[in-house]
Amino acid sequence: MWEITNLHQPTTKKPRVEKKRMHLVLFILFAGFCLAGAINLLLQTHPINSALSLIVVMSSLAVLYLLLGAEFLAAAQIIVYAGAVMVLFTFVVMLLNVGEEEKTHGSKIAKTLGFPAAVVILGVLATIALETQKALGSAPAAQVALGDSLTTTQDLSRVLFTDMLLPFEVTSVLILIAILGAVALARKEGHS
Amino acid sequence: MIAPNPIFDQIPNSWYLILSATLFILGVIGFLIKRNLVTVFMSIELMLNAVNLSFVTFAHQWHAVKGQIFVFFVMMVAAAEAAVGLAIIIAIYRARATLNVDQIDLMKL
Repeated sequence: MWEITNLHQPTTKKPRVEKKRMHLVLFILFAGFCLAGAINLLLQTHPINSALSLIVVMSSLAVLYLLLGAEFLAAAQIIVYAGAVMVLFTFVVMLLNVGEEEKTHGSKIAKTLGFPAAVVILGVLATIALETQKALGSAPAAQVALGDSLTTTQDLSRVLFTDMLLPFEVTSVLILIAILGAVALARKEGHS
Repeated sequence: MIAPNPIFDQIPNSWYLILSATLFILGVIGFLIKRNLVTVFMSIELMLNAVNLSFVTFAHQWHAVKGQIFVFFVMMVAAAEAAVGLAIIIAIYRARATLNVDQIDLMKL
């Protein structure tokens, strides 16, 4: 699909415009899904509803990765995050039969300091992003166009298995240790 | 036809970064206001995802494959972290029979 869009590039004006609009529409749609899912995660009181909203967020993020040209990461996001990790979450929620969240007042400090601090951090991050954007101006590096600079799985794996081979192998050891730790922790006591 | 305005030609990188920052802050707020241990853990996953999005954006901006490889490592470590974290949650539930973070204030089981 990506190659096809690249082949049919701007010989005429019309497909180019449609491509731009397509990108904008896809971005707004899936960014909206992301934000709606994240807000719903906060509003829901039952953990299973929060878990389902988180799956929406992660799947939409996979589409955004695809818009940014990261095809392997989009697939990994669906398989690892929206699939494996969230299945683990829903499994635990069901296993423990977690009920509705009990409302408590929480700490005063979290309310009085936490929320203004969160808003300030968001403001600072957004300002930095916008200022950097302004400084870069309309340089090609500052823009994302649909289908430009696609990182294929081939490119990714070439770097992964040459430059980053040692970290990759170390991660497999980490995962092995994590599996052993998870089994040891979740095992019923008195069975040892 | 959308635009004489150049902002519609392509999506600026900053839009992705602001989305990432917003998701991160929503994760922080969830971490603060949620009272269920599992939901608090989900907020942490949300923050990890938000950071991954900005990694991918910068990798696209500088055409750097290593940025995407970093996201791949973050995913692997997050999967390991989720397995261990949920095992800890199960162990805590066995010992305390509650998942309310206000009642889980001791490291000792």
